Amino acid sequence: MVKGTRFVEIRDAGDPVALAKRYSDEGADELVFLDITASDERRKTIRELVRGVASVIDIPFTVGGGVSTMEDARNILLSGADKVGINTGAINNPPIITEMMGLFGRQCVVVAIDAKRNYGEPADGGGGPPVMLEDDSGRRFWFEVHTYGGKKGTGVDAIRWARRAQGLGAGEILLTSMDRDGTKDGYDHELTRRVVDAVSIPVIASGGCGHPGDMADVFGATGVDAALAASIFHYQEYGVSGVKRILRDRGVPVRL
Amino acid sequence: MTRVAIFDYGAGNIFSLKNSLEREGATADVIRDFAARPGGDGNSGSDAAADAARHYDGLLLPGVGNFGPAMKAVTRDPDSKFSDYVGHGMPVLGICLGMEMFFARSQEGSEPGLGVMSGDVASLPDTMKVPHMGWNSLQIRRRGRLLEGVEDGAWVYFVHSYMARLPATPPPGGAAGDVVTAESSYNDIVIPAAVEYRNYLGTQFHPEKSGPVGRQMIRNFLGVCRR
Repeated sequence: MVKGTRFVEIRDAGDPVALAKRYSDEGADELVFLDITASDERRKTIRELVRGVASVIDIPFTVGGGVSTMEDARNILLSGADKVGINTGAINNPPIITEMMGLFGRQCVVVAIDAKRNYGEPADGGGGPPVMLEDDSGRRFWFEVHTYGGKKGTGVDAIRWARRAQGLGAGEILLTSMDRDGTKDGYDHELTRRVVDAVSIPVIASGGCGHPGDMADVFGATGVDAALAASIFHYQEYGVSGVKRILRDRGVPVRL
Repeated sequence: MTRVAIFDYGAGNIFSLKNSLEREGATADVIRDFAARPGGDGNSGSDAAADAARHYDGLLLPGVGNFGPAMKAVTRDPDSKFSDYVGHGMPVLGICLGMEMFFARSQEGSEPGLGVMSGDVASLPDTMKVPHMGWNSLQIRRRGRLLEGVEDGAWVYFVHSYMARLPATPPPGGAAGDVVTAESSYNDIVIPAAVEYRNYLGTQFHPEKSGPVGRQMIRNFLGVCRR
């Protein structure tokens, strides 16, 4: 019974330490912090934030955003985080995944993938030609990995990259659909299922959750291990425990 | 004041663990050998471990690291031995890797384990997603001291790639075959989730990451330390 792990993403929403405490008390199963700051004193800020969070919660948490060196990863883990999320840093320098696994263990390494449907010509940004798919209206597309907060297309196929990241040492894939992110239209089932089927490590679905039912849907349709949501929690439309009760009623095993 | 020693194998972050003990009112010192005493280095010589142990009410073997290097760290100093340290019945809580070290050996390394419980440690079957990470519910077999006040079916957080294997037939003359206090099921695989034998308490999951249920177990362990 692995399913039912739920994540809350905290992205520039108020005081992160207070928010983390609230989510933890309300019954969130895990927290993910992304893009927490871009200031010059990043490292020190991150260290203080991670320490602050670690001292008020007792559930696992992942910290990512701008990780590109082993020193960045160590800074996050030694401050008290359980896992490090790496995205652009891993695309630019894939062997860092293996280095991180070697030093910290596979369970600490979360490779974050921001994927977006590309209806253009298949590119080969490394790792072979992309997996070509068809949408409901028969148009051909592939899932392209984007970096730098979604700003840059890489030509890398997301499904292939997920499999490669696993081979290099990733312990978990945090998979965000850029097409769905912020839409509240539900998770991208096609993307999620393709990646879940391509790897044997846990996958966390992200992007598009507008209602607790969307979480139940993505669990049922894709076999994904966890689902992440942000805005439905931030704006208190549903408390964490309210969401989990709805999931339980839909037959998803959850911790309540 | 309850004072607990956390053994640091030098492998990773034990901040959460130290914090979870301090939140329950205990003092937690990080030690790297069994001669260490509060506020400084301990004596050397053959009595060093027994002498240092008098300053602590309990020992915690944390759950980050790798079996071989962790066992090497625990057995490194010939003058301050684990067996002398815990010889007077000091309560020991082993978490994850720390619990695995209670057994005779592990597939994770060639180094022998502490051997205080019968059985060994094997890789999780490759039919599972490994490392196994996530919340699972406990099936309590016998309450023991660590699980006091914990409900059957309570959810706890696991991160592991190995599991304990207990002998099918308990060895003669002891309770050693009956060490399992709780199990957890991953589909059709049942794993020992918590063990207890004499002064040794162990969890395959991480109480310090298991919310209110985990806090209860930390309090229970500190209660055992105070007895």
